[in-house]
This record gives sequence, C-alpha cells and structure tokens, in this order.
Amino acid sequence: MLLGMVRPDSGSAELLGEDVAELQPETRERIAYIAEGHPMINWMSIGEAVRFTRAFYSTWNNTLVEQILDHFELSRKQKLRRLSNGQRAQVSLALAVAPEPELLILDDPTLGLDTVVRRDFLESLIQIIHRKGRTILFSSHILGDVERVADRIGIMVGGVLRVDCPTDQFRESVKKLVLDFSGPAPESFECPGLVNTWNQGSQLELVLVGYNDQQRAAIEALEPRNIEVIDLNLEEAFIEYTRGRKRSLPLFAQEQSHHDSSIGDQGAA
Amino acid sequence: MQFLCNTTSRTPIYRQLIDQVRFAVARGKLHPGDRLPSVRQLSRDIVVNPNTVARAYAELEREGMLITKPGRGTFIAEPQIDLTKKARRKQLAEKLDELLVEAVHLGFTDAEVQAMLQDRIKLFAFETKGGDSQ
Repeated sequence: MLLGMVRPDSGSAELLGEDVAELQPETRERIAYIAEGHPMINWMSIGEAVRFTRAFYSTWNNTLVEQILDHFELSRKQKLRRLSNGQRAQVSLALAVAPEPELLILDDPTLGLDTVVRRDFLESLIQIIHRKGRTILFSSHILGDVERVADRIGIMVGGVLRVDCPTDQFRESVKKLVLDFSGPAPESFECPGLVNTWNQGSQLELVLVGYNDQQRAAIEALEPRNIEVIDLNLEEAFIEYTRGRKRSLPLFAQEQSHHDSSIGDQGAA
Repeated sequence: MQFLCNTTSRTPIYRQLIDQVRFAVARGKLHPGDRLPSVRQLSRDIVVNPNTVARAYAELEREGMLITKPGRGTFIAEPQIDLTKKARRKQLAEKLDELLVEAVHLGFTDAEVQAMLQDRIKLFAFETKGGDSQ
C-alpha cells in the first residue's frame, strides 16, 4: 500500500512528502522496496537480474553493486533459483541499494535467515544508514534486531499505529512494577497509563506506560509495603504493551526534526 | 578492547557500552590517552545504530571519561577528580554498605569478605597515591 499498489480504503500515508496514492515516477525512483521472502525472477542469473533491474532507474551505482556482490562472494553467473535464502537476501539488497534510494522499505527482510547471515544483513543496513540522508523503514519480528539498528520504532496493533517514537523512549516508557502488601493485594487498580495487572496473593504486578509522578502517587495511595520498578528489554516491553487488555494507550513522540536515521517498524498487522 | 552488545539484557545498549568502557578503565585494560574506535567504526563492528554509539560516547564525555579531539578521534581522558575527598568517601561508603548487606545475607563471615576483597582488588587498576585531599 505504501508503494501505491493497493489503494487505502481509509486513512492516508505519505512518502518523501507525497501522498502514496499519487506517487510521481521521479519520487518512486528515490524509493526502493524489498518484499518479504525476496521474490525475484528465478530463471535469471545474478548478472541478468542486475542488468534487468538497472533498466528501470536513471541513477545506478554499479560500483556499489560490485562491492556488495564481492563482499558476499556471489558470482554474476549464479542462477537465482540455485541461491540459498541468505544469498537471495544479499542479491535483493544489492539490487535495492544500487539506485541510491533515499528511502529503503524492507518487509521483514531477515525472515527465515540463519543467525550469521542475519547479522551480516543487519551489518549492511548499518553501512547504508552511515550514508547521509538515508532512511530505512523495515518490519521485523525479531525485537533484538530492532533494538540494535533502529532509532525509531512504530508499533501497529490491529492495523492501527499505536506507537511511533524513539526506540529508547518506548523502552523507557514501559515499566513493570511489583507491589508487596502486608495483607492481600487489592483486587483491582485503575490509573491512566495502566496496561495490565495481575493479582498474586499478597503481590500486585502492574505494567504501566509512561511511568510518572501522578501514577506513582496513585500507587502509593494503595499503601504497599514495597514498590519495585523493573526495567524491561525491548522484547518484553513490546509483549507487555501489545497483549495488555487496554490496548488503546498510544505513545507518540513530540514531533522533532527528522535527521538521517533508520526507522524500525515493528509491524503486527 | 572488544565491545559487546546483548539485546536480551534489560540494560539499554548505550548503557552497556558505557559500563564496558568504565569497567575496562577500572581494570587497567584502557589507559588515559588510548584511542577508542570512531562512532561509525564501532557501530559497524558491533552492528548497532550509530546514534546509540554516539549517545554512549556523549554520556562518557559528559562524565569526563572521554575526550574528543576534533579531527583526531576519541580518547580516554586523564582522570579528573572534581569532588572533595569527603564527598567521594561518602559515595564509596554507600556502595560498600550495599555490598556488605549482600554479603551478610549470603552468609559470609567478615574475615571471608575481607579475604575476598583483597583478592579482587588485585584485578583493578588503583591509584598508587591517594587522591587530592581537598
């Protein structure tokens, strides 16, 4: 849909400042896209695929393609259908970055890759974002990868964007609290930003978004014996946030200037 | 030195990098004047977003652990002691108390704790003369 192949029923999206329903060919040239599973025309050899793809673009950095293919020890004569999943990912990355796109959109690019190949692939992404003015938008289900390479995260729950903020900010916003009580813990507790609660006898566990003084005051009013605040890693924060019964707690960053950065988009649509 | 990054840890990546530099200096693996890899280099080596590395370096620079010389790189700074001896003693005493609480609960005798402390001290690079006594 971001590439205008499907029209939105409702809502809108913009890429590089243009509505995706009306992307001009010149704008389209500044965007590269890698679909899930790295589909390619299988009867071609790597060299043929390079020549074929090149014909669609006015800018083409052939040195870069050569570098990437050499780096991954791929020969131009190899047939695409004979490549492993990891090699396919490498070829499609080479083809995608050759036109020097400003925006690279990757749909779960590391799906099905083994750990070593996945790390190599992420390394290539890091190299790309080292170049000024390059943005990568990628979706992934491996939260550890997202934490490594993404400086901004978006979370979609049920097709709606609920979170869009710096990765660190999301992590730091979601906290787990364990409250100890002398007697039985209260059955229920309500406060703004509460995602989930569990009553464990004399303990009450809470997951909160955007832990602040107001929440702290509400919690202290319960008079627990002890309050333990637990930091979560990105994966834990994501799980707690998305499976909470109150899903409608959006988390958006104050709009700030977008500098050269990669964007990690954890899509759960 | 070899940096590591663990994404299953609850410690944020930039914090992990800060801790590793502090640890390496304390253990004498890094010395004042040693050069650290550039942000870009380290970002590539450990496959981490360059902004995360930059954040760790900025924080270390603010603490006075690192110094950036434009055009030449980032270096471990000469130790700067800007707190009074009294304030530093107080900080250390608080940390020691935390450690001793743990030792008591783990069931060690005071002699055992002293012996262990002696052992561990050998692993670290301590000042040979006391800090300024202001």
